[in-house]
Amino acid sequence: MKLIYDKSVSGRKGVMPPSSDVPNTIHIKKEFLRSSDAKLPELSELDVVRHFTELSRRNFGVDTNFYPLGSCTMKYNPKAAERIAAYPGFAHLHPLMPQLRRGGMLTQGALEVLYDMDKFLCELTAMAGFTMQPMAGAHGELTGIMIMAAYHRDKGNKKTTVLIPDSAHGTNPASAAIAGYKVVTVPSDSEGMMDVNELKKLVNSETAGLMLTCPNTLGIFEKNIKEICDIIHSVDGLCYYDGANLNAIVGKACPGDFGFDIVHLNLHKTFATPHGGGGPGAGPVGVIQKLLDFLPVSLVVKRNDGTFALEYDRPKSIGYIAPFYGNFAIILRAYVYILMLGRDGLKAVSENAVLNANYIKEKLKDYYSLPFGQTCKHECVFSAERQMANGIHAIDIAKGLIDRGFHPPTVYFPSIVKEAIMIEPTETESRETLDMFIETMIELAKLAENEPEKLKAAPVTTPVGRLDETAAAKNVDIAEL
Amino acid sequence: MIPENLFYTKDHEWAQINGDTATIGITDYAQHSLGEITFVELPALKKKLNVHDVAAVVESSKAASDVYSPLAGEVSQVNDELSSQPELINQDCFKAGWLCKLKVSNPDTKHLMTAAQYEEYLKSI
Amino acid sequence: MSFIANTQEQQKQMLAQIGLSMDGLFADIPKEFLEKKFNLPDGMSEFDVRNRLADLAAKNHIDLTCFLGGGFYDHFIPSAVYAIIGRSEFYTAYTPYQPEISQGTLQAIFEYQSLICRLTEMQAANASLYDGGTALYEAMMMALRITNRNKILIDDSVNPIYRVMIHSYTKNLSIELQETKNDQGLINRKALLEKLDDNTAAVIVQNPNFFGCVDDFTDLAEAAHKKGALLIVSCYPISLGILKTPGAMGADIVTGEGQSLGLPMSFGGPYLGFMATKKDYVRKMPGRIVGRTKDNQGRTGFVLTLQAREQHIRRDKATSNICSNEALCALTALVYSSLLGKDGLKQTAQLCADKASYAWQKMTAIKGVKSRFGAKWFFNEFVLELPANAAEIAGKLIDKGFAAGFPLSRYYEGMENSLLIAVTEKRTKQQIGMLTESLEAVL
Repeated sequence: MKLIYDKSVSGRKGVMPPSSDVPNTIHIKKEFLRSSDAKLPELSELDVVRHFTELSRRNFGVDTNFYPLGSCTMKYNPKAAERIAAYPGFAHLHPLMPQLRRGGMLTQGALEVLYDMDKFLCELTAMAGFTMQPMAGAHGELTGIMIMAAYHRDKGNKKTTVLIPDSAHGTNPASAAIAGYKVVTVPSDSEGMMDVNELKKLVNSETAGLMLTCPNTLGIFEKNIKEICDIIHSVDGLCYYDGANLNAIVGKACPGDFGFDIVHLNLHKTFATPHGGGGPGAGPVGVIQKLLDFLPVSLVVKRNDGTFALEYDRPKSIGYIAPFYGNFAIILRAYVYILMLGRDGLKAVSENAVLNANYIKEKLKDYYSLPFGQTCKHECVFSAERQMANGIHAIDIAKGLIDRGFHPPTVYFPSIVKEAIMIEPTETESRETLDMFIETMIELAKLAENEPEKLKAAPVTTPVGRLDETAAAKNVDIAEL
Repeated sequence: MIPENLFYTKDHEWAQINGDTATIGITDYAQHSLGEITFVELPALKKKLNVHDVAAVVESSKAASDVYSPLAGEVSQVNDELSSQPELINQDCFKAGWLCKLKVSNPDTKHLMTAAQYEEYLKSI
Repeated sequence: MSFIANTQEQQKQMLAQIGLSMDGLFADIPKEFLEKKFNLPDGMSEFDVRNRLADLAAKNHIDLTCFLGGGFYDHFIPSAVYAIIGRSEFYTAYTPYQPEISQGTLQAIFEYQSLICRLTEMQAANASLYDGGTALYEAMMMALRITNRNKILIDDSVNPIYRVMIHSYTKNLSIELQETKNDQGLINRKALLEKLDDNTAAVIVQNPNFFGCVDDFTDLAEAAHKKGALLIVSCYPISLGILKTPGAMGADIVTGEGQSLGLPMSFGGPYLGFMATKKDYVRKMPGRIVGRTKDNQGRTGFVLTLQAREQHIRRDKATSNICSNEALCALTALVYSSLLGKDGLKQTAQLCADKASYAWQKMTAIKGVKSRFGAKWFFNEFVLELPANAAEIAGKLIDKGFAAGFPLSRYYEGMENSLLIAVTEKRTKQQIGMLTESLEAVL
């Protein structure tokens, strides 16, 4: 398909900007102007609409296909949230408005949303306060580690390392490293959980804290979680909860009760905001009482008269980590989701997410190798090890699924499982869909055995086949200039 | 096919010592596990390296690996061919695919393995 | 309201098939953790939620005529932008890990990267970052990596919101961050050149700067390069419809806030951080990058590329911890720019500058009101020096129906009477006239 730039026709007009009702008198000297026009395409509105409509049809989304991409929680995104986020009263609100005199009173509706979300998330995690500012999960991680650093600095602790299990998302070590910490990796045991004996050996006075996803990336709940948190606390370390998998326990159990001190949540996962093709997300961070002072500037507070205000005077705070109050329109969508589901609806989310994952696990365990067989939470991790005897890898299974109308699961993650196939069905999928997926997976297992060459050729139903990623990395071609 | 005259590390680097110069590269095992190499980041000339300092980074489309210096010394030459032909490492890791040369003051090899020892080590992993 | 498809009966059957009860599914969680009673409201119908949120939306005063800017602007958004980005094939997809079924997102990002290069006249761009502030921080980190130095110079005419963010992020790192104080609304060239030395990784400036003033940093780029340092320029993409580009000035890394390219202000986000650089520095760039390649039959297609820089492979040695980009916002910017096209963007920039210039003339003609920085060139924002406290005056103008501008005392000492006023193509001659009258009346 042609690039939009190659469709340009010289002189063709698109959208007309507002008319001019003032003299043409810019106050800029000529040397400060660009020498030639920016090479934007010249297209009609229909040209543009058709180009992007055609592009959109080259995508799988949750609305078009089952999307069991492990770790990413591709659940249904309610349409009401989209509609509400577009209300002019939210969409057209300038973020500097509250910084005008009495400006908080001009934005009471938006501040109330932020305040309520803080309270809801505290209740769901057993934290004492949240910042809504982090603009993605990874951004939340960085914020959380900065809070950890501020706590140790404030106490005069000399801490240099952060412990992270080998099954963790890559963002964990990357976040700890860019915040200035050295990363120490904790191995997993034979049950796919953190090896507590190894942890004990690695913990010392230098330990600033631990970052942990629970249930972990294998979809397994860390049964020793309380002991793990106690070990970290014994050296005045802090326990950081990566909320990537909160959707497995939301409305049933709270990370704060397990012993965690800092929590980030991925609103685009647990609370159903659209993934947008890779963002925007939102990654609010919550902390326990003793860490409240370190939360970023500003925070929404409720005054005695019932009105809401932004609090800026926070001397121990880590400072500003976002320009304003976070990805407000995403927080708003998650707020709508929580209001619609309520207490019982949220509990049903985790229950059905876990049920659907275990249903798939049980139905497929005879066909694919299952490195960790216990009851899983919201996702299950298989391995294509058995299929490798016929030269079939996880990637081939993935491509075979594409030809049969399914978005593949996550493959090759977590890296501690060889040829990993990580399936996360989510709670919104029906049994009929799960059954079709299961049948297809079984068909592919048989194909791997009997006609592996057919799988190697997949996908054949897509606009392009398997792409040469090595050539892409070698001969870097990343823009049409 | 593990050349006899070289020294090896557990991280699958090799070093060839010639007077006060050591040539450094990665082994066949290493290039194989990385897959098709797409890019090599080489050290700056005159950079001083200690044993186990990162000397280079080798990337494929789906992986990246630090190459640790087997010996201490100062970088005296780098293999410029690799910037346009990183695949030389896949094709000929022990010769044309060398990474850099170090000027070494003390070519102590006690911490390194011989070809025979490295071969044993490969069997054990 | 719930979005779960399976009926109670189906759930029971499924549990029976796997031989577990609902409690059994959670038996691996210690019992003490499962006893919590959540103090949360009951679920609501869509109808009720929409009513409640409509009430909240009505409490936000978008009825004020907006002359607020400060890096975030009230621009016109064509209807077709909403129609296209509202397609759920785009917004319900995720990061394009499987390229064969993500060519829509991937090609759009490639076109977006090309757009950013064309706007800034740079050679390479990434798939986007969170916002203008984090983009500038990432650019700074990138410069430290490229140069292996640890000193950063930044002029205080760079958006103060970005500067406070950079301060937060660098608190735990051994970086020498030096700020220069602007010289009458422009960068402090003298101070920057004095401080520029062999340990300087980068000089950070902004165009148009926070005060709206326009400059040409070609001289600064040359001076920085002579010392082996980089020039980082933060910019406002709409202004690039007419202004000299950072690329033409010799900038090494260009970042900015992409909100003005079709994204609603939405009380602070989601926005779009863009980043562009020179070809030589591509592998040092953070974030996702899409590349063009061929498939097994020689057909052109797009993939995520240079992933070996990223956290999921390099973990603690990655160029950044960023995992996603702001894909939907990047798509918005691309759609907006394509709809406006070559002439439309230029006209929009021209209109902003024309209307600002008109407003400046009108308002500086008020008795007692001066242009804070004299006749310095500006794009669509300027600073007025009022005869009284700017925050107070702006407060009074709210009662007259205007978000009249941003009082600068919040971020700058000695600017208690200074008001930063932004004018976009949406403001009319009549609105400008009314604000001028109201301002005169409240002084």
